[in-house]
Amino acid sequence: MMTSLQLLGFGSGGWGALLLLGALITLAVTASALAIGAVLGALVAAMKLSGRPLRAAVGHVYTTVFRGVPELLIIYLIYFGGSSAVTALGHALGFEGFLGLPSFLAGALAVGIISGAYQAEVYRGAYLAIPPGELEAALAIGMSRRLRLRRIVLPQVIRFAIPGLGNVWQLSLKDSALVSVTGLAELMRTSQVAAGSTRQYFLFYIVGGCLYLILTSLSDRVFKGAERQADRSQSAAMIGRG
Amino acid sequence: MSGPSRLSVRNIRKSFGTHEVLKGISLDAKDGDVISLLGASGSGKSTFLRCINLLEIATEGEIFVDGEEIRMVKKGGRNQPASQKQVDHIRSELGMVFQSFNLWSHMTILQNVIEGPVHVLKRPRAECIAEAEALLEKVGIVDKRHAYPAHLSGGQQQRAAIARALAMKPKAMLFDEPTSALDPELVGEVLRVMRALAEEGMTMLVVTHEMSFARNVSNRVVFMREGVVDSSGTPEEMFGGGGSPAFRQFIGHLGPA
Repeated sequence: MMTSLQLLGFGSGGWGALLLLGALITLAVTASALAIGAVLGALVAAMKLSGRPLRAAVGHVYTTVFRGVPELLIIYLIYFGGSSAVTALGHALGFEGFLGLPSFLAGALAVGIISGAYQAEVYRGAYLAIPPGELEAALAIGMSRRLRLRRIVLPQVIRFAIPGLGNVWQLSLKDSALVSVTGLAELMRTSQVAAGSTRQYFLFYIVGGCLYLILTSLSDRVFKGAERQADRSQSAAMIGRG
Repeated sequence: MSGPSRLSVRNIRKSFGTHEVLKGISLDAKDGDVISLLGASGSGKSTFLRCINLLEIATEGEIFVDGEEIRMVKKGGRNQPASQKQVDHIRSELGMVFQSFNLWSHMTILQNVIEGPVHVLKRPRAECIAEAEALLEKVGIVDKRHAYPAHLSGGQQQRAAIARALAMKPKAMLFDEPTSALDPELVGEVLRVMRALAEEGMTMLVVTHEMSFARNVSNRVVFMREGVVDSSGTPEEMFGGGGSPAFRQFIGHLGPA
């Protein structure tokens, strides 16, 4: 019988290395999802803000669906649905048998699509937080649409979006645990396998939970730092207004 | 004064829905003219100013900046600028100063002032910085050049906004109630900058409630009422009892200037 310390260690029979690898994969899935979600979210936010009824409706449907449907369902849909689509495509190209979507890709895509729905709301709110007068000043000085976007809108959207993005990141980090259903050996799945094969359920689920907490508190610190950095133009604003 | 025409506006009309705010206004500003636009709130004077640099699109009428006509087309029965490029260009030639300053809050004062010259006019950065510092010196806030707008008083922000507009070397300046959002003790510092500008020969259109400015700095006073020019003239004519009865009543309400 191995001791708890040995079970968590890096020696033979120890799960330490696998757990750390699992944590890294969790981070990688979440970071990929954040990137995918940033693209989708920016697109959907732009649609909702476009003022064109059709585009706004499409954007509205996106955020409603992907915030309103359980995350697990989306993951199943992308993983199994995506796999059947790939298989069908494979048959058309002459490949035989079942072709799977790589579980990392499917997981990052699924969590990213959900993250995109939340990020869209964050970006939309951030855009609406830009004082309209500042946009008008950009018009009045003769800036083209593209220049306004690059010089006035984007820097401020990013500044206002950081706190919201921190929340979305946290959500995605936890959503990524659901990707374990596809067999991807991220932190949740690794904790599960370790717990099952050693029958040390308490030990490994508590250690897994602690690793999640470490990830979330570290990333919280990163976002807080970014927030401070972006807010340097605003600190002491309340004192300075005359 | 009778220099070349900097700004010429003919028969501007503007409706919001069924409500007609401007009912045919014409105005000519020659080089060096300082024109005060007076009127009660709702008389359309701010809307008129905003029509000139196309922040509002006039329903009808013609606008010339330095002799160049802003081309308009009818689209679905509505007036639209024919070329966005021309609109951007015209706007870059007209300095606009807003009631609420509207400095870009994510940039320092210096960055605000060089933004237009560097990115709209695409001029060399070092040159723009040198000019910006000279302008900030002139409006008296060069020591604040690395501060963010939120750290400045309203009067300082408005002077920075004037420097930002001047950095574009505009053909005329439009002021939309530049002192109305300021605490009374800060009004003077902004008016002094505007007065210095007028004395240098800048062509200025000023929507204001500051009767002392209209009377002592401008060379023409235009009184708007219900979307039309009620009366206009030199400050001596207007304030010397020559204005319309409505104008006399208007300045009477404000007390002695």
